[in-house]
Amino acid sequence: MAQEFWRWKEYNWRDPEESWNKAKMLTAGVDVGSVSTQAAVMADGQLCAFASMRTGSDSPDSARKAMDWALRETGLTLDRIRYVIGTGYGRVNVPFAHRTITEIACHARGANFMYGPNVRTVLDMGGQDCKAIRCDEKGKVSAFLMNDKCAAGTGRGMEVFADLLSVPLEQIGDLSYEVDQEPQPVSSTCVVFAKTEAVGLLRKGWPKNNVLAAYCSAMAHRVYTLLERLGVEGDFGITGGIAKNSGVVKRLEKELNLKALTPRYDPQIAGAVGAALFAHTLAQKEATA
Amino acid sequence: MIANYGYKDGSGEYYISMNTDKCDGCGDCVTACPAGVLEMIVNDYDEKVAAVTDAHRKKIKYSCAPCKPVQGRPVLPCIAACQPQVIQHSW
Repeated sequence: MAQEFWRWKEYNWRDPEESWNKAKMLTAGVDVGSVSTQAAVMADGQLCAFASMRTGSDSPDSARKAMDWALRETGLTLDRIRYVIGTGYGRVNVPFAHRTITEIACHARGANFMYGPNVRTVLDMGGQDCKAIRCDEKGKVSAFLMNDKCAAGTGRGMEVFADLLSVPLEQIGDLSYEVDQEPQPVSSTCVVFAKTEAVGLLRKGWPKNNVLAAYCSAMAHRVYTLLERLGVEGDFGITGGIAKNSGVVKRLEKELNLKALTPRYDPQIAGAVGAALFAHTLAQKEATA
Repeated sequence: MIANYGYKDGSGEYYISMNTDKCDGCGDCVTACPAGVLEMIVNDYDEKVAAVTDAHRKKIKYSCAPCKPVQGRPVLPCIAACQPQVIQHSW
């Protein structure tokens, strides 16, 4: 089979100290996105296991699989988990969730956990949409702006380009800097039109790296306009899959003239982490009520 | 929370901004809107506030168009109905 360049690594992680064994309360969050699904398990408000995988055609099944995978090597079972919250685009499709919360609130809360309480502006660059969020020191949303009308400036667009140019997704960032001179950004932000434009550039004899650079800077500019509308305040953090793409992140930093923070964990799981933290708060409230 | 509902496309920016901190949850805007764009929801922080319905979020340019004639534009019914001045339109 031909190599699938768009395919990113699915993996799971667990705390080597096995903190779940001595935890008083276990909670979980499942973020069923349009492209990826993450499950995060928290022991008394600290991350102890997570899994990140692709969302299949069956959302309830993806949610279940991600949860099973996160728990697999911990020896825990789902009934040990006190409270589960579903979030993301497919949040209504998490069959074992006690409640759903929008991904906007969850990403703000997750970013607060990953980047610390000083983070005020969060940009969630997901698989199929992009959200700019402002939050307070507790991770409560104070303003948000969502752009979900089209897939421009999202992870799906990056996947399309990885496939078109036969470049593994993880290498796009580095390769996009191997250019003599920063090229003009592609003028279309629509993924389909941008792809058409990129094919044209390739036919003109542009090297791959230049096309990648042109697309990354177009994407950075697109999300910049979103942030500009909402207003940016430091500190600034990016969540979602694109946060791992230096080609977009560094160009965005340059445009904003502001450095993005370095996350404690994979920024892609921020939504699930936020959901698990909400679950922790709600379970505590329930216990004292 | 300033909740911005809407989108930006080739023709411009179309956002309805709701300052939910000011919203008292009365629901007057919902009945005032002739296009059924607004609804009352319980948000993630358990507050009852006005929001733009899912069905209209991606087409408010068209949903709101009847209330926005090119000439002699009156105050929008949603804005007129809202005592605490929660609602703002960007266009």
